[in-house]
Amino acid sequence: MTRHLELRAGAYHDSVALMQVSQTVAAEPGVVAALVAMATDLNLDLLGNLGFDPPAGAGPNDLLVAVHADEPEALQRALTTVDAALAERPSAAHGGFDSEAQPRTVGSAAARSGATIAVISTPGPYAFVEAMDALEHGLSVMVFSDNVPLAHEIRLKQEASRRGLLVMGPDCGTAVINGAGLGFANVVRPGPVGVVAASGTGAQQVMCLIDDAGVGVSHCLGVGGRDLSAPVGGAATIAALDLLAADPSTEIIVVISKPPAPDVADAVRAKAAVAAKPVVFALLGLGQPDLTAAAHSVVTAAGGRWRPPRSWPAPMTRLGAYGRVTGLFSGGTLCDEAMVIASAALGPIRSNVALRPDWQLGGDLHADGHVMIDFGDDELTRGRPHPMIDGSQRIERLLAEAEEPGSRVVLLDVVLGHGAHPDPVSDLAPAISRARERAQARGADLAVVVSLIGTTDDPQGLERQANALAAAGASVHLSNAEAARTAVGLVQAGS
Amino acid sequence: MNAARSRARLLDEAPRAVTAGVELLTESLLAQAVPVTSVDWRPPWPGTEASLMRVMADPRRSAANDRAVERMLASTAELVDVRPAHAALGLEPGRFLHAGPPLTWDEASGPMRGALIGAILFEGLSDSPSEAERMLADGRGITLEPCHHHGAVGPMAGVLSPSMWVFELRDEANDATAWCSLNEGLGKVLRYGAYSPEVIERLHWMSDVLGPVLHAAVRAHGRLDIKGIVAQMVQMGDEGHNRNRAGTLMLLRELLPHLVAGTAASSQTADVARFIAGNDHFFLNLVMPAAKLQTSAAADIPGSTVVTTMARNGTEFGIQVSGTGQQWFTAPAETPAGLYLAGYGPEDANPDIGDSAITETMGLGGFAMAAAPAIVRFVGGSVPDALSTSRLMYEITLAENPAYAFPILDFRGAPTGIDVTRVARTGILPQINTGMAGRVAGTGQVGAGLVKPPQACFTAALSALADLAAPPA
Repeated sequence: MTRHLELRAGAYHDSVALMQVSQTVAAEPGVVAALVAMATDLNLDLLGNLGFDPPAGAGPNDLLVAVHADEPEALQRALTTVDAALAERPSAAHGGFDSEAQPRTVGSAAARSGATIAVISTPGPYAFVEAMDALEHGLSVMVFSDNVPLAHEIRLKQEASRRGLLVMGPDCGTAVINGAGLGFANVVRPGPVGVVAASGTGAQQVMCLIDDAGVGVSHCLGVGGRDLSAPVGGAATIAALDLLAADPSTEIIVVISKPPAPDVADAVRAKAAVAAKPVVFALLGLGQPDLTAAAHSVVTAAGGRWRPPRSWPAPMTRLGAYGRVTGLFSGGTLCDEAMVIASAALGPIRSNVALRPDWQLGGDLHADGHVMIDFGDDELTRGRPHPMIDGSQRIERLLAEAEEPGSRVVLLDVVLGHGAHPDPVSDLAPAISRARERAQARGADLAVVVSLIGTTDDPQGLERQANALAAAGASVHLSNAEAARTAVGLVQAGS
Repeated sequence: MNAARSRARLLDEAPRAVTAGVELLTESLLAQAVPVTSVDWRPPWPGTEASLMRVMADPRRSAANDRAVERMLASTAELVDVRPAHAALGLEPGRFLHAGPPLTWDEASGPMRGALIGAILFEGLSDSPSEAERMLADGRGITLEPCHHHGAVGPMAGVLSPSMWVFELRDEANDATAWCSLNEGLGKVLRYGAYSPEVIERLHWMSDVLGPVLHAAVRAHGRLDIKGIVAQMVQMGDEGHNRNRAGTLMLLRELLPHLVAGTAASSQTADVARFIAGNDHFFLNLVMPAAKLQTSAAADIPGSTVVTTMARNGTEFGIQVSGTGQQWFTAPAETPAGLYLAGYGPEDANPDIGDSAITETMGLGGFAMAAAPAIVRFVGGSVPDALSTSRLMYEITLAENPAYAFPILDFRGAPTGIDVTRVARTGILPQINTGMAGRVAGTGQVGAGLVKPPQACFTAALSALADLAAPPA
C-alpha cells in the first residue's frame, strides 16, 4: 500500500472539473482511492475520511492531490493521469504580444465582451459578489449556483429591479433565451410560449411536452425555487412577466412554480392580469394538476392540437408480482410529481425529499415500502457531480434494487438536452439489462419505467435514447406523470 | 442605463454570455455557438468572504466609485510655481515631512534616518551627523509628519525640510494643490539616505540656484501643463516611475527659452540646464504631484472602494482608501526584487520606501509597463511580460484613463482606480516599479526593481469598508 499527498498552491480548478479528474484517477487499476480537489473545509473532511492527515495551511486556493494505491507503480501511473487530466483543462494564457489573459472577474469580462447575460456557477457563497458585479455592468444574471444565502438573493433581486435587469436563480438550472439553452436545457422549437419557471426540471418537462405536441417556445426564464416565497416576494417572476409581456414573439405565458406565498400570489396574479396575454399557471404539488395536464392547457391555449405524449412500451409482458416501487430521480420536481401521483394510489412514499415529514427517509436511503430518491438534492450532490451529468450513483442503486427480495418496479428519469450527460444510455441501458438479468436469475422480475425528458432535436438523440432504453427492457414515457402512473399500475396489478 | 431598455435587451438579441464557474456550462454554450467570455474565476483571499459580501452589497458603492472615477479622470495638473517649502507648505523650522505612513524615529529604517540626518545638516540645525542623530532620537523641537498629510509627495525617503524648494501644481477641475521636492539625481542623494558633504552641498545649490532659477522660468512661461507632458511621455517609452527620460526632455524644452531669457548669470543657467538634462528622473517629481492631484480627487467619498494612496516609509507600506478617508492601512513593507548596482546585493537592500507608488496609484509606473518596453530588462522581464503586467492591472481597476493611452495596447487608457474589492477577489496585487535604497544610513541607491504591497493592507481596508457599509436600503 502506498500513499501520496501533495498541496499545489494557487492552482485553482472548478469543482465539477476536479470531480471528473478524481473519478478518472480513481478508475485507474491499482488505485484504492483518489481525491483531486481544492482544499476547502468539505474536501479536507473527505481527505480525512480517506485516511490522510490534512496538510497544515491548506486553503481553498490550493489544489489537493491525494492518491492511495496498492503498489508504487500504480501510484506513479495515477499521478501521471492526474497531471494529464489537469493539463487538459484550459489555463490562463500569458505571454505573447497579442494574447490577453482571461478576465478574472465577471465585471472585467463584461467590459470586454458586450455580453447580454452572465451565467454564474461558482460555489454558492461566492456567487453574490460575481452576480452583483454582473448587474453593475448592465448584465442580467443566471445564478446556477446553489447554497446561495437568502439575504444575498434578496439583495441581488433588489439591485436588478433598480437597474431594470433580471436575476434568474439562485439554483436556476434551466433557461432558454432566443433558442439558446443556458444550464440544463432541451432544444425546443421556436414558438409563442414564454415560460417563467421556479423549477428547472418542471420547466424542462413542460417545454418538452409542448414541443412534442408541435408548439414552440419563445423564451424560458428561470427565477429560482425561492422566488415566490414571502421574503423574496416574486421579484424575478414579476420582472420575467414584464419581459415576456413586452416581448413580441411571446403570445402566451406559463408560470411554473410551487404554489406561491399568499401575498406573492396576489402580486403575481395582478401582474399577469395586466400582461395583455394569456397567463397559464402550472402549480406544482399535492392537489394540483400534473405537469402533463399543465402542458395540455398550454398547448390548447396556444391554439395547438394536444396529443398524448409519446411512449415506447417495454418489449416484454410484465407479469411480476411487483410489491413495491423505487424511484431514482435526478430532477427534484419530477421526483415530487411522481410522489404526488404514487402516494395518492399507494399510500406513504419514503423519500429524502418527502412530501410529509413522517415519510422522511434516513441517511442510508433505504426503507421498507415504496421509496423515491432525488439524487439531485443538495445533500446528495455535495462533493459529487449532479446525476444529470454523471449517473453512476443511480446505477449503483439500480443494481442493488435487483438484489432485493421479490419483484419490484424501478422508476427512473432520464433528462436530455444541453448540459446533461452526452449519452446517458451508454451507461444506463447496460445497467438496466444487467439489473433485470440479476433479478431474473433469482426468479424475480424488475420492471423498469423511464420518464425521458427530451426533444427530437436534443443532441443526445431522443429516438436513439428511447429505443436503447426499451431494448434494455424498460418502458419509456415522455410524460413523467404517465411514467409514474405506469409504475403505480404495475404495482397495483401485481398485488 | 435606461432600465426598460437594458432589460429588454436580454430578449431582443441572441444571447452573448459571460460565464464564471463550472466549465461544463461554458462548453454547453459554445456547443450552441453562443459567444462566451469565460472568467478565470478563483475564490477570493481566504477570510475576506464576509467583508466582500458586505461591501459588494453596500448600496452606496457603485455610485461612489463612479464619482471617484469621474473626478480622477477630470483631474488636471499644471505647474504654477517653484518655491521654498516654508512658503508653500508653511513648514516651520524643526518640522520635517517624510514619505509613507506616519512613523517615529525609533521605527525609521536606515535610509529614512540618513535622509533625516541630512535634512538637519542641510537646515544648519547641526553640523555633525552624530549630533543630528541625537537630536532626532531625542525628538525635542522636531516634528515628523507624512508628506501625504500636507498634500505633498516625496520619492524614496521623501524628506522635505523648510528650506527645500518644491514644485507647486494645481488641479483646477477639482480645486486642489499638490507639492513635491526637486529631484536631486541618482547615486549618493538624500532621498536614498545619503548625507555626505557632497549631498548637502548639492541641496544648498538646489535651494540657492536651481529653485530660484526654475521659479523665474516657470513664472515667465506661465502655467505649464504637466498632464499634457505625462500624456506624451507614456507614448515615448516612459512609464513615469522608473523611466522619466522623455518627460524630463519635454520639460526642459518648455523651460529652456525662459531659462536663457532669465536674469541669472549664464553660468548658473548653464548649470541648471546641465543638471536637468543630466538627470533622467528629474520629471519624476512632477509626475508624482500630478498623480497626487488625480488620486486625492477620489478621496473621502463615502462608500467608495478606490485606493487613493499607496506609500512606503521604509518600514511599513500604507494605503488609504476613498471610503475610509485619511485612515492608513499598514503592514511591514516588502523588499523589492530586481537588479543591483555593482558591489551591492539583496542583503544590502532596505525594505520598500517612498511616496513614488503614487504613480502606480494613478495608473502609471508598474501599471504602465506596456508603455515602457525599453526598461523591461532593467526590472527583470521580457516585453510580453510588460504587456501582460499592464493587462493584469485592468483586472483590479475600475476605469481606463484616455488621457494616458498606451500605443502598444491599441491606445488603451491607463488602468485607473484600484478597487479594493477587485484586489481581494482576484488576489492580484498592484505592481510597483521602484528604486532600492541601501539599508544602512548614508549608503544611497543600491538598485531598482519590482515590488508589491502587502496583502494585509488590502484585507484591513476591506474590513474597515465592511464596517462602514450602509445596510441595504
